Amino acid sequence: MKLSDWTDQKVENVIGTLLRVGVLTSAFVVFCGGTIYLARHGRSTVDYRIFQGEPADYRQISGIVREALHLSGRGIIQLGLLLLIATPIARVIFALFGFAAEKDRMYACFTAIVLVILLYSLLGTS
Amino acid sequence: MNVIEFSFLVGVGSFAAGFLGALTGLGGGVVLVPLLTLFFHVNIRYAIGASLVSVIATSSGAAAAYVKEGFSNIRIGMFLEIATTMGALLGAYLALKVPTHAIAIVFGLVLLYSAYLSGRAQPPQPQHPQPDPLATRLKMNGSYPSPDGLKPYFIRRVPAGFSIMFGAGTLSGLLGIGSGAVKVLAMDQAMRIPFKVSTTTSNFMIGVTAAASAGVYLSRGYIDPGVAMPVMLGVLAGSLLGAQLLLKIKTRSVRSIFTVVILLLAVEMLYNGLAGRI
Repeated sequence: MKLSDWTDQKVENVIGTLLRVGVLTSAFVVFCGGTIYLARHGRSTVDYRIFQGEPADYRQISGIVREALHLSGRGIIQLGLLLLIATPIARVIFALFGFAAEKDRMYACFTAIVLVILLYSLLGTS
Repeated sequence: MNVIEFSFLVGVGSFAAGFLGALTGLGGGVVLVPLLTLFFHVNIRYAIGASLVSVIATSSGAAAAYVKEGFSNIRIGMFLEIATTMGALLGAYLALKVPTHAIAIVFGLVLLYSAYLSGRAQPPQPQHPQPDPLATRLKMNGSYPSPDGLKPYFIRRVPAGFSIMFGAGTLSGLLGIGSGAVKVLAMDQAMRIPFKVSTTTSNFMIGVTAAASAGVYLSRGYIDPGVAMPVMLGVLAGSLLGAQLLLKIKTRSVRSIFTVVILLLAVEMLYNGLAGRI
């Protein structure tokens, strides 16, 4: 086995663990937020037939963090979902380091392009 | 329906979708949106937002298991992610503009195609011993462990695969699904990536692709905490359990049942879309 193969496999292993930790952490946060939400609003009726769009506090990172700090159940759920969206982004950042360490410029560039697209989606569209 | 009843029922439905999706390898996302819109009367925009979130969860949750097998090709994955993430952004913007009944019709067609793919036997994959110059320059050729030792493979038709992946990303962003069916078309059929390598690599790509459109959905207010919470937790739990049982039980009959379910949902989605009810 070549040295580069081994490095790839090692990078992949760390990435696999990272993804698992990320998804379980976010599931835990969503679960906590869900418990608060159900305890407070469990008896209210819901109707999702008509699309109204979320209020600004549930769609911007700053608003979500503020709501979560106020222990709003829905705010904490959104924070967990934000963590979940951030998990693949962390994986791409990690892969970028991996390719840079292997001195693979071409793939470091490809990875940087993917990262820019992801960050644009999360930060640039609000 | 009150919040507790809604969360419980949607959670159970999502669990079943995640479980069957993992067991059959077809993914749960493809049945989630029809489940939410047709049975729970959730607006399709909220349904797509919630489904997209659950797609990230299942992809990341399954990754650790796949990595241990050592089949995935991170270079192919990263290169094609350029196409899928750009497509996902386009799809997410289209979703803001396209009327919902048109989304429902496209969804129905994708469901039909998925049912067709899963009902069909796996076609044999002739391997080409000649390395393709472009794939070689992109360092995409590799090898995977097989009973006879490491087996090398050569990738073909990179531009065709890249273009189809752009389409897969667009569908993923528009419909909130992993679009595994279209990825199979690009990776297995066009690029001739060996089945074991393509499945694990595509699982990696699905999470990144979904994250690209999820950012747009979140900032546009399509991701509702009350819908996404039971969907995400249910699908994640179901898919983790399904992946555990995958090696222990025979999936042939489960697969045929699930195919029929997809087919019925496709007809229902198309009917509601064409009648303008969604």
